[in-house]
Amino acid sequence: MALLEVRDLSVTFHRRGEKSTVAVDGVSFDVEPGQTVGLVGESGCGKSVTSLAIMGLLAKRGATVSGSAKFDGTELLTLSDRQMRDRRGRDLGMVFQDPLSSLNPVISIGLQVTEVLERHRGLSRKQAAVEAAELLDKVGIPDPKRRLTEYPHQLSGGMRQRALIAIALACRPRLLIADEPTTALDVTIQAQILALLAELVRETETALIMITHDLGVVAGLCDEVNVLYAGRVVERSGRHDLFRVPRHPYTHGLLASIPRLDAPKGERLSPIRGSVADNIPWTGGCAFAPRCPHAVDRCVETTPEMVVDQVVEGDRLLRCHNPVEPAGRAEQEMLS
Amino acid sequence: MLRYTIRRLLQLLVVVLVLSLLLFAWLRSLPGGPVSALLGERATAETRERLTEELGLNEPIFVQYLKFVGRALTGDFGVSTGVQPGDSAAEIFVQRFPATLELSILAIVIALAVGIPLGYLAARRRGGILDNLSVVSSLIGVAVPVFFLAFLLKQVFAVDLGWFPTAGRQAGGIDATRVTGFFVLDGLLTQEWDAAWDALRHLILPAIALASIPFSVVFRITRASVLDVVDEDYVRTAESKGLTSPVIRRRHVMRNAMLPVVTTIGLQTGALLAGAVLTEKVFAFPGIGQALALGFERRDYPVLLLLILCAAGVFVLINLLVDLSYAVIDPRIRTRGVR
Amino acid sequence: MSTRTDKIDELSARAADDAGVSLAAAAWRRLRRNPVFLAGAGIIVLFVVLAAAAPWLAPHDPSVPMLGDQVVKARNQIPAVQDGHPLGGDQNGRDLLSRLLLGSQQTLLVGVFATLIGLGGGLLLGTLAGALGGWVDTVVMRAVDVMLSIPGLLLAVSIGALFAQPNQYTVILAVAIVQIPIFARLLRGTMLAQRHSDHVLAARSLGVKQRAIVFRHMLPNSLGPVIVQATLVLAIAIIEAAALSFLGLGNPDDRIPEWGQMLGQAQTVIDSHPQLAFWPAGCIIVVALGFTLVGESLREALDPKSRR
Repeated sequence: MALLEVRDLSVTFHRRGEKSTVAVDGVSFDVEPGQTVGLVGESGCGKSVTSLAIMGLLAKRGATVSGSAKFDGTELLTLSDRQMRDRRGRDLGMVFQDPLSSLNPVISIGLQVTEVLERHRGLSRKQAAVEAAELLDKVGIPDPKRRLTEYPHQLSGGMRQRALIAIALACRPRLLIADEPTTALDVTIQAQILALLAELVRETETALIMITHDLGVVAGLCDEVNVLYAGRVVERSGRHDLFRVPRHPYTHGLLASIPRLDAPKGERLSPIRGSVADNIPWTGGCAFAPRCPHAVDRCVETTPEMVVDQVVEGDRLLRCHNPVEPAGRAEQEMLS
Repeated sequence: MLRYTIRRLLQLLVVVLVLSLLLFAWLRSLPGGPVSALLGERATAETRERLTEELGLNEPIFVQYLKFVGRALTGDFGVSTGVQPGDSAAEIFVQRFPATLELSILAIVIALAVGIPLGYLAARRRGGILDNLSVVSSLIGVAVPVFFLAFLLKQVFAVDLGWFPTAGRQAGGIDATRVTGFFVLDGLLTQEWDAAWDALRHLILPAIALASIPFSVVFRITRASVLDVVDEDYVRTAESKGLTSPVIRRRHVMRNAMLPVVTTIGLQTGALLAGAVLTEKVFAFPGIGQALALGFERRDYPVLLLLILCAAGVFVLINLLVDLSYAVIDPRIRTRGVR
Repeated sequence: MSTRTDKIDELSARAADDAGVSLAAAAWRRLRRNPVFLAGAGIIVLFVVLAAAAPWLAPHDPSVPMLGDQVVKARNQIPAVQDGHPLGGDQNGRDLLSRLLLGSQQTLLVGVFATLIGLGGGLLLGTLAGALGGWVDTVVMRAVDVMLSIPGLLLAVSIGALFAQPNQYTVILAVAIVQIPIFARLLRGTMLAQRHSDHVLAARSLGVKQRAIVFRHMLPNSLGPVIVQATLVLAIAIIEAAALSFLGLGNPDDRIPEWGQMLGQAQTVIDSHPQLAFWPAGCIIVVALGFTLVGESLREALDPKSRR
């Protein structure tokens, strides 16, 4: 049994006087212990909402969550508020995108680390302070004792994100969700934070859900990748396979729109047409069809189902009527 | 921090100086001027002339001002002509200031004690009955003239129901020992419980009337601020740690939501001082406000000048204190440049 | 003092961030569905109509004692409710209902003129300071700071005391002058926030003249918070005018009625005849509430942060 089993998870937002919108539309995936699973897609594809739904952090009013998310056999979606509070921070940790706004500006880093230790591990303030210093040290924050007395605005962006990681991992959760943990950081810091995350999850055998729009992050970290579009998984694959042979036109488009230093001179980037704003729901056809260069008549007539891909070996799942044909051997080599 | 404080204190000094100049000019341009004020309208031309000379009013205006400043520095602001004829203006201030301070503190305490919890609850149940009711009542609170509210309270709770005294600071029959000039505090210090209780009873109605001004503001700012803060990322982080609701409310929501409320308290002291003029008049409460009201009625210029100057000084000073206390609450200001 | 001024600056900067036509249109859309705004606007319209129709609606002459010489002889004999006088008479024997109806005219005029004068003065000072900067800014804003250091009502009362014979104009003036520094600071804040904004920089880089930038780009975009403040000041002015009367600095000539004056004069007889205070006070509260409701809902509609 997987550590986390998400089945047919859907989230609908309702707003007074407006049409309700389906943000997540039947997402299913598994996370094994110690495994790193990526959720990839443009902003607005539903990847963050998926993680917030699993954590039980969506506002009670205005959002309907259906489907199932089983953690170690326990259904998370039907837990009471109190039961969920006991799990969050202890079994499930989360790291957010913007480390400055995600830390409370008026209380010390120390308290923000120790409060979670006091809450779930029953440590005294003193014990927790000792442990907190160790935690900061472990995530690579120099001079941890002094840092504990400082406030978020006194730390650099990278240090803040390290502190957030320390907080999320303080109680050794079995599942960590990282929601775009490097997006708000400088490029050089991004790599450090990713390396830190990779090291920590390997060391502690924590399962990690990595949410990102950055395929570079996926390439460096994930065992399995789920590509999301308009609230649904459109392609699932092991990391290496995905980069070598993208089958869904959307995945293909994402890969093709990354600038490459080794691209031949004069070669143009090929961005995906349009934007997520051109979203249409998954009814009566493929939601990506309006932006898809491979769209055929079938794509606007019937909604594609998630099926095992017949062309590529391995556990490739695909939601497409007209996938991209694997390119010639030479090109494959170049891409990988 | 220290340099900032010194700079602000210097600013305060400048404001008070400029203000004293303006007030001095104001005094001189008042109808009739100080001579009529002292002698009344029916004095003979001869006595007028003599007094004019005596007061130095025939000298150039800037000489008069300098002399005034010179006397003011020794604490001599002139003698009251109308409020408490014969007493020095400074004496009147010293006598009455504790009364107004006591009243204002109670009013602020009431406003905070009701406004903050109500603001929090209204924000958390946004759009609910409590929210709508309290928003509407805070808006009505703005629209009701303070002195009319004071009248209403006095009529209902003091005159009709007789629960509270109608006027003054202390009942006539009570012979209380005076220590600090704050009657409630005096009663507690000397363990004259009945005197303390009586003084408090005299404070309650005027304090409620006065509290209506800051209450509306404190309530609305708390509500708006809580609405802002609960949407902040760090509250979501706190939730993701599985902290209990009370901890999140106290440590993560209110701690941040209170920052703008603190600012407001400073601003509200101005409104309180103005409101005290009206409330103290209704309840014949012998504070600064009543002296100001009487001063305007009886054109007691020396008293008016000193009291307005002091009111402005207190207002500016309290705002300075609030700004400084802000630094204590908000580490982003406290540790600026320390990094 | 600086906290207070900072607050005004902050409000203006926030509102100046994004103003413009689309904002106004969006604000109007939100307002139309806002019950708070509709209630406030309803109150204002009702009282404006009453004020306009007052000369025809009022059953009696508000300046003539209703029972003729009888009452004038017996002072403090306040006529009770009777046929033709649904609210009775005032302390001088004049029909209360008629005085209330006609009082709406004077009261609204006090509010409107005080606001207009305050707005005009603030507009002038704030625009000068905000548009020119430099020493003009320093001098104007220091003066504004000093004025703001005196609590509003005290300042109004001090100005009111300057006039030997107070009348309705001195009341308006006293209330209006207090509003000038507030408007000035608000405008200067929004202008300052815009001086470095992209659209002003763009206009400047295109060689648009300073005057044109101020009048075509900066002023229109500062209007949002100013309109909000003006609406709130309408309520404040009416209440403060009443406070002036209460302190004996109002218009003593009561042939033309005004609610604040009626309320102020009623204080001497409030114990025996509370209705003389309740009626004008009720009117003041309702009208002030109307303006406050409109002002607050305008503020909410124009605040980019509340658009969730």
